[in-house]
Amino acid sequence: MDPIDTSLVDWSRAQFALTAMYHWLFVPLTLGLGVIMAIMETLYVRTGREFWKQTARFWMKLFGINFAMGVATGIILEFEFGTNWSNYSWFVGDIFGAPLAIEGILAFFMESTFIAVMYFGWNKVSKRAHLASTWLTIIGATISAWWILVANAWMQHPVGMEFNPDTVRNEMVDFAAVAFSPVAVVKFCHTVASSWVQGSVFVVGVSCWYLLRRQHREFAHASIKVAAWFGLVAALITAHTGHQSGRDIALYQPMKLAAAEGLYEGGTSQGLVLGGLLRPGADWASPSEESKFLFHVECPYALSLLATHKPDGYVPGIRNLLEGGYPLPDGSTALPAEEKMARGRRAIAALAEYRKAKDEAAKAAALTTLRENFDYFGYGYLNSPAELVPNVPLTFYGFRIMVMLGGYFLLLFAGLLVLGQRIEKQKLIQWAVVLTIPLAWLASQAGWVVAEVGRQPWAIQGLLPNVAAISRLEVGSVQTTFFIFLVLFTLLLVAELSIMGKAIAAGPETDTPTA
Amino acid sequence: MNDISLLQHYWWFLVSLLGALLVFLMFVQGGQSLIWTLGRTEEQRRMLLLATGRKWELTFTTLVTFGGAFFASFPLFYSTSFGGAYWVWVLILLCFVLQAVSYEFQLRNGNVLGTTTYRMFLMLNGILGPLLIGTAVGTFFTGAEFVVDKAAVASPSMPVISHWVNPLHGLEAAFVPQNLLLGISVLLLTRVLACLYFLNSIGDEPLRRNCRRRLGMECGFFLLFFLTWLLRWLCSAGFACEPESGLIYLETCKYLHNLQTMPAVMALLVVGVLLVLGGMAGGLRGWRRGIWPAGAGSVLVVLALLLCAGWNNTAYYPSLASLQSSLTIANSSSSLFTLRTMTYVSFIIPFVLAYIVWAWRALDRTPITPEETNEGH
Repeated sequence: MDPIDTSLVDWSRAQFALTAMYHWLFVPLTLGLGVIMAIMETLYVRTGREFWKQTARFWMKLFGINFAMGVATGIILEFEFGTNWSNYSWFVGDIFGAPLAIEGILAFFMESTFIAVMYFGWNKVSKRAHLASTWLTIIGATISAWWILVANAWMQHPVGMEFNPDTVRNEMVDFAAVAFSPVAVVKFCHTVASSWVQGSVFVVGVSCWYLLRRQHREFAHASIKVAAWFGLVAALITAHTGHQSGRDIALYQPMKLAAAEGLYEGGTSQGLVLGGLLRPGADWASPSEESKFLFHVECPYALSLLATHKPDGYVPGIRNLLEGGYPLPDGSTALPAEEKMARGRRAIAALAEYRKAKDEAAKAAALTTLRENFDYFGYGYLNSPAELVPNVPLTFYGFRIMVMLGGYFLLLFAGLLVLGQRIEKQKLIQWAVVLTIPLAWLASQAGWVVAEVGRQPWAIQGLLPNVAAISRLEVGSVQTTFFIFLVLFTLLLVAELSIMGKAIAAGPETDTPTA
Repeated sequence: MNDISLLQHYWWFLVSLLGALLVFLMFVQGGQSLIWTLGRTEEQRRMLLLATGRKWELTFTTLVTFGGAFFASFPLFYSTSFGGAYWVWVLILLCFVLQAVSYEFQLRNGNVLGTTTYRMFLMLNGILGPLLIGTAVGTFFTGAEFVVDKAAVASPSMPVISHWVNPLHGLEAAFVPQNLLLGISVLLLTRVLACLYFLNSIGDEPLRRNCRRRLGMECGFFLLFFLTWLLRWLCSAGFACEPESGLIYLETCKYLHNLQTMPAVMALLVVGVLLVLGGMAGGLRGWRRGIWPAGAGSVLVVLALLLCAGWNNTAYYPSLASLQSSLTIANSSSSLFTLRTMTYVSFIIPFVLAYIVWAWRALDRTPITPEETNEGH
């Protein structure tokens, strides 16, 4: 049988990454803008002011334009688990399928039912029923985020399952461990809060655009006030959960942390790299005479503190992770990658023996070997330790972009709240806020680059590498669909941006006197 | 019937019910395929799109949930079919992507491609969506060309457990007349349901007249294609499964035997067909509520057909390349633990249905008028 073509793995990854990145252009705005418009409609229902109704309706219009694209890209993403990652779908489908089905039953129907009432029901249901529909739309979207992030968190830190050699797959044994894994909780809070930040940046950016053009000033000030408060709270939550997420990565995905920090040689009392330039072309899987950095600035002890909660804690670097021999938090000593791969191969061979065994004794012996080595099962599919090293530059720079922009957004919202109405005269700040809009997208994309590139080569951490997770297709088929999706998504993105631009230019109807 | 077998049957029922609801809700697609046929003026076309535009997300969500529920309950199908019949599923997805943006973008300023292009997209989705889904579901009865070998996981160089034998990756299903008959039947049914839905939800008399006129022709063609498919299906051999050994073998008139063995399913089919016929007849005579019996009938018919595909020791996804690779609800399901957990979640479905009914009634209480098309949102 021909071995797997590695270019098929690369193209399958590229297609999934393309779809996920396009999808993530739209989802955060849905989550963030959704809450803001719901707050505005709540103000309308509480105060009875038509101004708030028109304000909410304007943001709803932009929400709808964006929502459609999120739906369009989302359906492809869900089905790509089957079309391009079919082996994954069997190997862990027993666990991974459940969150997707629950997402459909609990969240998608809520979203799709109430969004229709939200858009078409202004004159058909009562004010309160309409407000409830708006909130239920965004609650549905947020519940949807919960379940898909549960699924993603499980891939980063698989829990609550056991391998069944008879069915040759992993099976769920503890639903609560999967659904309420601490990694999932942190991931959800971090991702949703950062989406709220993104929605807030969008609202303050568009509002500042109106101030620059001296249009819709009351609307702009009111929107800035709501969004800046909401954004400030969201940015604080994002920062806090980001820190917790860092701790999770240190515990469960140390290679990702090493890549994000550009840490080749680990040790105790490690500093956090605040900024720097990696040496272009550096080989991160092998030692070298030269430093892996051209230059960098560190905050002493900060990485040890982040990873271990102790200033002198030990943080392994890429070399340590490949060579092993360093102390683990439980007191044992880390194995070298070669040994993990050998154990993985033993586990896979034991599975083959188990499947072929004719008598119970041989089955039992194979099963014992399989269980003893199962923790390293996924390593058995790898050919070299170097495959365990993710793309360091992408992860390193992605991490810095995300963190620095996160800090900037925090200051931005605080500044806007301090300025209040005085922003009217601050043209430079208004321009800065407008130009911040694309930075919010850059930050969220960078965050996902860190999360997903940093965990390579794993589809499921330690259990299943990408090479063993794919569908057996011709490379040409995946290349063709990659370019079809690329052209289609790009075309639709251009259309969306154009429609969004026109809708913003047209502005809200708040200045028109209404009854 | 032991615990896991009971849950496998329960989940096959739920997946079949979702599939049946999807076929009913594809009246949205049927409506899209008739935009230019029924809508003679721009105002009429807007009314048609407003009527389906309030419901498209429900259809879309049902499709996504159908996929998710299949993944959770029968992951081997998800893995084998989606990863193998690649081109069929990609085409289905692409035409649904086009739908997702077209309703929102078609009348917006700055939509780059122009209103007509988005409406063409909607028509494409309206024709290809039901046709492809119907053709793909046809393979539940006629089989597909795949091989499953779970032992492959223990082969480090090629650990993929299933692969497609035909290089067309699913498109070959369109060359099987029985599959195509089902695909065309589903398309025509969605158009029948669309006409009935418009009669119920649109208040404009000239447009309603167009719908009634069109309904007759669509009903005629639908009955011709569907009854041909149904007769061939009843007489066709099916893929049976020996419950003890799991051995798959070909059985003559398997689906007819399934109906005889499961009289309740046969009753569903008969009642469903009668309701569809009643709804059509009512619609042709100008009755506004024909969509309800015809819709309920469609759900019952599709439910009965899908139950025949999976229940009574039947291989619901037969393999033509390797008979013993065929998928049954027993060999392709999730574990007992997962099925049981998902069953608790499924108890929420009545609440979901309740709020969908509330929203539907709230929005469709009064028929759509030409004035409403100018309100926007």
